[in-house]
Amino acid sequence: MPPARAWRNYPQLYRLEAARCTKCGTVHFPPRLVCSHCRNRSFETFRLGRTGQLVSYTVIRTPSAEFTGQAPFAVGIVEMDDRVRLTAQVVDVGFDELRVGLPVRLEFRRISAEGESGVIHYGYKAAPVRG
Amino acid sequence: MAAGIIGYGAHIPRRRIKVEEIAKVWGADAPSYKKGLELREKSVPGLDEDTITLSVEAARNALARAQIDPAEIGAVYVGSESHPYAVKPSGTTVAEALGATPDCHCADLEFACKAGSEGMFVAYGLVKAGLIKYGLGIGADTSQGAPGDALEYSAAAGAAAFLMGDDDDKLIASIDETYSFMTDTPDFWRREHQFYPSHGGRFTGEPAYFRTVTGAVRGILGKSGMKPADFKYAIFHQPNGKFPKRVGKMLGFTMEQIDTGRLVPTLGNTYSGSSPLGLTAVLDVAEPGDRVLMCSYGSGAGSDAFVFTVRPRVRETRDLAPRTRWLLDEHVRYIEYGEYAKLRRKIRMAE
Repeated sequence: MPPARAWRNYPQLYRLEAARCTKCGTVHFPPRLVCSHCRNRSFETFRLGRTGQLVSYTVIRTPSAEFTGQAPFAVGIVEMDDRVRLTAQVVDVGFDELRVGLPVRLEFRRISAEGESGVIHYGYKAAPVRG
Repeated sequence: MAAGIIGYGAHIPRRRIKVEEIAKVWGADAPSYKKGLELREKSVPGLDEDTITLSVEAARNALARAQIDPAEIGAVYVGSESHPYAVKPSGTTVAEALGATPDCHCADLEFACKAGSEGMFVAYGLVKAGLIKYGLGIGADTSQGAPGDALEYSAAAGAAAFLMGDDDDKLIASIDETYSFMTDTPDFWRREHQFYPSHGGRFTGEPAYFRTVTGAVRGILGKSGMKPADFKYAIFHQPNGKFPKRVGKMLGFTMEQIDTGRLVPTLGNTYSGSSPLGLTAVLDVAEPGDRVLMCSYGSGAGSDAFVFTVRPRVRETRDLAPRTRWLLDEHVRYIEYGEYAKLRRKIRMAE
């Protein structure tokens, strides 16, 4: 991924910045230009909380080239407490412990790196809530 | 006006490896290593954890306790000897993730294991001088020891973050005195492009660690007019379990004062995070009025010493983020040497 492309997504990848419709309050993550609920075009920045629960998951054993060294790894859909859903790797968990409803917390992690000399991409991954 | 810590946070990866598991691979005698280092296991970062990610998590915990707007953080300093980039700051990523950019001063610091306390010192100094409202000092490392070297048994990963400020109603612990002691002492180093550090063996002891830490502690005691018995807790840099105990005894401190912040037996040496993480564990249990001494040590060689007085706000903030002993003791996962070698990139992969 070119550095500029990743850089454009930092507000979402680093700070979980969503867009909340100023008319109907629907939260969009990632932000959109037009509200899918009321078609309003005005939004305010809203930072998502970091906790949610797993609503679906799978284990990737044959990944795309960018993630070769990480396989096998789990990917899941997380429903955040703020009622938006996002896709993230699920880490620090045994595959046999994965289940729908698992409480998770988004942690700041390395996502991938452009080889040994390129840029390192950071973002969020879901880890089971400790305790 | 008093200035000091208004928020603190820790982060420790979940994986651990036991001394026995490392000793088995190299044919070493685990009991003698455990006895010699007073260390049973150490933390291991995942492939997706590095100094930047550990710093962000620790700083988020510090923000949770400080309860301030991150946009008001005027300086971010990340101290580490394992910054992910040779050129490109760790601090910019950390500040961006927290929401402290763009109105912020930022620098990465390096001084072996002392870089974390340097960040604390500089952030505190800028607050005290009135140049910034809040400053963030972080000590974080994912350190490497060469395979089979004594350092491999202790080099660990972790981070501690401290938000400095001077709002009297926000202070968790005031900083009452600081003192630094520094000489050119080549006890441990890593040259450019080298993967593993080198060290001077026993030379790292008496002329390096013990001379520097005792120099710094005697200096701050003299400057503040205090004596060891005035402190409820004392935290010394902890490259292994023995050194902080021995230096504490040399200086007239008791085990009761030292043990609360001595995390190394089950954490390992987190380098720039070492004594700062010990301080977070102390703040987790300290009571208002307690005096706390912290003294870091970085090879090369220098120490930063601080005297803190704990404020009443410590009680209402300690459970706004995970406590350090909890991060250290709960939900840990033990791994074998093979996985450890993979996670620490000790295995040569195909291009």
